[in-house]
Amino acid sequence: MPFGLLKYGLRRRYPARRDVPVATELKPSYDVVIIGGGGHGLAAAYYLAANHGITNVAILEKGYLAGGNTARNTAIIRSNYLTPEGVRFYDESVRMYQELSNELDYNILYSERGHLTLAHTDGAMRTSRWRAEVNKHLGVKSELIYPDEVARVCPQLNMSSDVRYPIMGALYHYPGAIARHDAVAWGYAANAARRGVEIHQQTEVTGILKEDNRVTGVETNRGVVSCGKVLQAVAGHSSVMAGMAGFKLPIRTIPLQACVSQPLKPFLDPIIVSGSLHVYVSQSDRGELVMGGSTDPYTLYSTRSSLDFKEGLMGHMLELFPFLSEVRLLRQWAGLADMTPDFSPVMGLTPIVNYYVDSGWGTWGFKATPVSGKRMAETVATGKVPDILEPFRLDRFDTFEQVGERGAASVGH
Amino acid sequence: MKIIHCPLNGPRNISEFVYGGEVVDMPDPASASDAEWADHVFLENNTRGVVREWWLHVATAYWFIAERDTANEEIVRTYPSSDIFKERVTFAAPDEEQGTS
Ligand SMILES: Cc1cc2nc3c(=O)[nH]c(=O)nc-3n(C[C@H](O)[C@H](O)[C@H](O)COP(=O)(O)OP(=O)(O)OC[C@H]3O[C@@H](n4cnc5c(N)ncnc54)[C@H](O)[C@@H]3O)c2cc1C
Repeated sequence: MPFGLLKYGLRRRYPARRDVPVATELKPSYDVVIIGGGGHGLAAAYYLAANHGITNVAILEKGYLAGGNTARNTAIIRSNYLTPEGVRFYDESVRMYQELSNELDYNILYSERGHLTLAHTDGAMRTSRWRAEVNKHLGVKSELIYPDEVARVCPQLNMSSDVRYPIMGALYHYPGAIARHDAVAWGYAANAARRGVEIHQQTEVTGILKEDNRVTGVETNRGVVSCGKVLQAVAGHSSVMAGMAGFKLPIRTIPLQACVSQPLKPFLDPIIVSGSLHVYVSQSDRGELVMGGSTDPYTLYSTRSSLDFKEGLMGHMLELFPFLSEVRLLRQWAGLADMTPDFSPVMGLTPIVNYYVDSGWGTWGFKATPVSGKRMAETVATGKVPDILEPFRLDRFDTFEQVGERGAASVGH
Repeated sequence: MKIIHCPLNGPRNISEFVYGGEVVDMPDPASASDAEWADHVFLENNTRGVVREWWLHVATAYWFIAERDTANEEIVRTYPSSDIFKERVTFAAPDEEQGTS
C-alpha cells in the first residue's frame, strides 16, 4: 500500500494543491493595500476581487496568515442582537455564512447548534424578551423560553434552584452556530489569491504616507509601497495603526482569554452563554469544550494568559455543569480585543481621504467576517458607505448616536 | 499573581484593584465644543507603551496613579494623586446669565 501511494506522490500529474501561493517580491504600487491578514482583511480582498473586479490588491500581514484574533476566537455565530441596526447587520452575515462553504468551495464546518443565553435575574429576563421581540420583528428566529423548555433543549444543565444564580429562562436563538475559524480565513485567502490578490506575510506596516490629507502609500519593514487606497483591518492594533495615519479611535485594546478542555464524547449540542456568570461554552467537532468569559479587567497589548481568568471561569462553569469537575483543561490563550464604548464596530470612512477603517470588533467580530468583508469591499470600491454600515460610522461619537449593543454583545459573543 | 504596590496599602494582589483609565486633562465643560467634549469622553489614545493611569484600591476606596507599560504589563511606578494634582479641582456651575433652561 505505501508503495502505491508513493507512485502517486512522485508523479507530476498529481501535484500537491497549494491554496495560498507564496507571494514573492512586493510590487512598487497597488490599487488597494489591505493592512492585516485576518479574516476581515482576507474577506474584504476576496469581495473586492469577486464582486468589484479589483485584483491589483496586496494584503500586508505582519505575522502569519490569520494568526491574530481570527485564530483565537471561539467561533460563535449569531444575530440575536438588541438594536435593529445590529440585528440587520449580523443577520446578513449569518445568511452569508450559511452559504459560505459552497461559495468558497471550502468546507468551513458550519455547524448550526442553537444558542441559549441564560437569564438568571429579572433584568436579564427583560432584556431577553426585548431581544426576542426585536429579532422576530426583523425575521430572526429567537424566542424567550422558560426553565422546562431550557431543560428540554439542554438536559445537561444544572437547573437546581439551590445555586447562586438559578436559571429563570433563556433567549433561544435557533440559527446560532459555530464554524471552523481557520477554514474561514483560508477559504477567503485561497479564493482571493486565485483571483490575483497578493498575500504578503511577515510584512509589517510601520508608517502611512500622505499628501495633504490623502493617503498615497505605506511604509513597511520591506520597503515603501504606494497605493491608491488603504483599508486597515488590524483588530487589537487599530489605535496604533490609526495613530500612524493621524486620527484617533474610540477603542481600548483589552485582552480576551479562552480555553479548551480535553476532548470528550459529543454530549453538548447547543451553545450555552450566561451573562450573569460570565461564561460561554460549546463543544467543538473534535469534542473539546470551547470556553470563554469576559474581557480582562484592564487594557493591555500582550497575549499572556492569567490564572485569575481560569479560576473565575471554572468556578462559574461548574455551577452550570457540576459533572465537569474531573475534566482537564488542554490549552489556554488570549487575543487582543478592540473594544468600543457601545459594543458596536467602527467601519467606513476616516478623516483621511481614501483611507478606510474596519475596527472595533472587540469580542464579537468573527461572526461578522463575511458581511464586513463584503460591505467594506463595496465601500472601498465605490467610495460610498452602504446604508447597512451607516450606523457604525466613526463620527457617530461626535453626534452622540451610538449603537448600544452592550446588553447583547458583552459576554454573549 | 500580579502585584500592585498601592501607595496607601503596600503590595497587594491586582484583583483587589479596579482600573480607572488614562489620566487625561478635562476640557472646560462650559466652553468646550461638542467635538472636543466627544473626543474627551469617547476617543482614546490607547497607547502601546508606558501610560499614566488611575487605579482604585477597592477595599479602602483609595484612588491613586500608576505608570504601567501596556506592552508587557509591567507596573513601572505608583504614587498618590496628590503628587500631580496640587490644587483642588472645582466644577463650576454654568454662568447664571447664560440661562439654565
Ligand atoms: C478569545 C476570543 C474569543 C472570541 N470569540 C468570538 C466569538 O465567539 N464570536 C465572534 O463573533 N467573535 C469572537 N471574537 C472576536 C473575533 O475573534 C475578532 O473580532 C475577529 O477575529 C477580528 O478579525 P480581524 O480580521 O479584524 O482581526 P485579526 O484576525 O486579529 O487580524 C488582524 C491582523 O492584523 C495584523 N496586524 C496588526 N498590526 C499590523 C501591522 N502594523 N502591519 C501588518 N499587519 C498587522 C495582525 O497580525 C493580525 O493578523 C473573539 C476574540 C477572542 C480574542
